[in-house]
Amino acid sequence: MRNAIALPLLGLAVILQSAIVSQFPLLAGYADLLLVILAAWALQDGVTTAFHWAFLASIMVSFASHLPWFIYLLGYCGVVFLALTLQRRIWQAPLLAMFSVTFLGTLFMHLLSFAYLRLSGDNLPFSDSMGLITLPSILLNLLLAIPVFGMMRDLAHWVFPSMEEP
Amino acid sequence: MKDLLSRTLQTSIIFLIVGGILVLAFGGFFSSASNQLTGGFVSAQTWFATRYQAIQEFLAAPRDIVTLRTRNTELEAQVAQLQAQVINLQQAVNQTQILSALVNFSRTNPENSYVAASVIGRDPSPFLHYVIINQGSNGGIRRGMPVVTSDGLVGRVDAVIADAARVQLITDPASSVNIHLKNANTDAMLQGSITGDLSLDLISQDAAVEPGDLILTSGLGGGFPPDLIIGQVVNIHKLPAELFQQATVQPSVDFSRLQIVLIITNFQSVDITPLVPTPAP
Repeated sequence: MRNAIALPLLGLAVILQSAIVSQFPLLAGYADLLLVILAAWALQDGVTTAFHWAFLASIMVSFASHLPWFIYLLGYCGVVFLALTLQRRIWQAPLLAMFSVTFLGTLFMHLLSFAYLRLSGDNLPFSDSMGLITLPSILLNLLLAIPVFGMMRDLAHWVFPSMEEP
Repeated sequence: MKDLLSRTLQTSIIFLIVGGILVLAFGGFFSSASNQLTGGFVSAQTWFATRYQAIQEFLAAPRDIVTLRTRNTELEAQVAQLQAQVINLQQAVNQTQILSALVNFSRTNPENSYVAASVIGRDPSPFLHYVIINQGSNGGIRRGMPVVTSDGLVGRVDAVIADAARVQLITDPASSVNIHLKNANTDAMLQGSITGDLSLDLISQDAAVEPGDLILTSGLGGGFPPDLIIGQVVNIHKLPAELFQQATVQPSVDFSRLQIVLIITNFQSVDITPLVPTPAP
């Protein structure tokens, strides 16, 4: 039942993303709070609802974005899949896993968005997109990764209290 | 009788002595002696008075500190409240200035009817240049309506829900606006980019375009009403080998600081998509 925290949390994250985070660009890129939250959530031990969260987040964010919902769904599910895969391989260094997922997840999400917009007919130069949007966004997401990972770890302990007991 | 005489004599002598002393004193003959005498008294009184005041301050001080601390806390709370009021008033002043400019704009363009809206968010994807406004279909907003500020054209409404709408800015990479270069008296096409820079394309090679030329909407295509200000030409790229000239544009609107916009509600955009020829399979 405590998993219902996803609704207000992701709703708040969409609002913060649209109203505040998007107002602080680095070059032409900005952080993706939802992506970082999903990556951090999926990396927590015992979390079994990461794909549900990704589905919910993609539906919510598509209300605010011109990009279609399935791009966000694919992107966020890809991030969760990446996190679950890396978690099994580098489980002893969760922060390293968090940075890796943030880096690769942002890259994947941006490549997906870029491919969709190019197929839609938008004139997006690849080098400009990488240099002015993707790389600054990766940097900003990496900056967000540590505090968000800490918050999501506390939240995971609250949602799954049995994890604290030996 | 003898006693009475002696008493009278004594009294007279005493009066004479006292009177003489007073006369001498008023005449200033006792000043050195009186100074020494009163100086001792004043010193002693000063010593007692200062000690008494010190003891009084010592006893009364704790109560004063508590009072002062209470007062200080009250004043700090009052200062914080006043600072919050100042910030609120500054925001109100800023908003009033923006609204005043918008009212002036709507007065100078009375042919259009407007709905004002606040910008409450931006598209979460950095590849897109869209803003979200707090007016929707309940406020009479429809898809395709042009959005302006007092400085010029902002974009057009892309999607609408009951109480909000998404506006595609003219800086979006997918945006293209038919424009008219006023000084050169020629038409061209304005395009956005991922960096938010605006550029002009499809300018005829014959057109004499100069930096500083004013750019207005042409109204062609039915997407926007004519004669809305967009900006000025900054640089021209003219190569004889190419079919058209290109130019970079300085927009008149600061898109990074959009707060309040006007939606032109009596303009019905024309959807020419069915008229655009599709390539044969």
